[in-house]
Amino acid sequence: MNWALILLLLRVITPLSFVTIGGGASIIADLERQSVSVNHWMTPGQFLDLFAISRAAPGPGSLLVSLIGFQVDGVAGAIVASLAIFVPTSLILYVLARVWRKYRDANWQHAVERGLAPVAAGLILAGVYSIFQIAEGGIMAWLVAISAFVALRWLRANPFALLALGGVIFAIVGMYWWPA
Amino acid sequence: MFAVSRPDRAAGCGTSSTLSNPRYDFTVFHSVEVDRPRVSLAEIFQVFTKVSLTSFGGGLSGWMYREFVEVRGWFSDSEFLSALAICQAMPGVNVVNLSVWLGFRLRGTLGAVTGFCAMIVPALIVIIPLSVAYSVWGKYAAVHHALAGIAAAALALTLNMASRVTVSAVRSDVVALAVVAVVFVGIGLLRWSMFELVIVVAPLSVAWAFHKGRPA
Repeated sequence: MNWALILLLLRVITPLSFVTIGGGASIIADLERQSVSVNHWMTPGQFLDLFAISRAAPGPGSLLVSLIGFQVDGVAGAIVASLAIFVPTSLILYVLARVWRKYRDANWQHAVERGLAPVAAGLILAGVYSIFQIAEGGIMAWLVAISAFVALRWLRANPFALLALGGVIFAIVGMYWWPA
Repeated sequence: MFAVSRPDRAAGCGTSSTLSNPRYDFTVFHSVEVDRPRVSLAEIFQVFTKVSLTSFGGGLSGWMYREFVEVRGWFSDSEFLSALAICQAMPGVNVVNLSVWLGFRLRGTLGAVTGFCAMIVPALIVIIPLSVAYSVWGKYAAVHHALAGIAAAALALTLNMASRVTVSAVRSDVVALAVVAVVFVGIGLLRWSMFELVIVVAPLSVAWAFHKGRPA
């Protein structure tokens, strides 16, 4: 463990914690700048690889930050980077949750919860629409997603089986129709 | 005194054993919400870990919806949705925020810490060896295609959540339906700025809910 590197990680990543909004996509540009051009922790190609892994792997996509930490200073770097990105904003949420509990059952709180629900529903629908537009595989992605949805909703299919099936179908179809 | 019924609570959430336990109120150090089934920290850890480790291809909030609302009935549709809206509005990564928020609502401070750790630590332990494996196998096209296929199938969970919450919004009232429509069209189709639209629409929707009062 290299203390100078650890401190540098903390200094670079902690401020980014406060500007992550949504899925964490808002900080990727700045992470890239810091990792590649400012601090020379990795090449642009290495950064792209880490980005691809963080999208495909389970867990929050923002574990990209942990992978950068791992690249910089091994396991210690991964742990410090994860804490730096996730802890500050989680503390804010924690305080808000405490306040929320304190005024539980207040009329305004019921109104906030009931009023925000349709806003969230609209955001989820907009999210589905934009994911469909960028999904890899075009019409195949739509077909797989909609059949999996039908199987999940009405046939009570196991979601893991559906994911595995989706992966196998794409791998087979990809071999014949989308040559690398 | 425990019979604080919540009209929007999902049916069949199995609160009866908790409510009939007379020691319930005294055994819990951090007071939790009295109308909620008491969930052990181990169970919180297990379920958050499961959600985190199985969310290949994204769509984590869809998985959380399935586990917490559909399968376990720990939260109602509107509780989950308002939590999601709050977590999206606050700085931080949505799903991590959501873990802290929902964990806190289940078991207070310890629940929040448990939710946070379970969402991040196991995934962290998995992703580091994966990054090493990817540097070996990532060059094969089949791996790339399979990952895209998994991501496509994972959309089913988001679709599932979207269909369910839209139906419950439509049932609520016509104003809620209009809010869903405006947000979807504005952000999804017209690509307006999410922040600006939400800052206008959310207070109006909350004011309407306040005006309507609590459901009988």
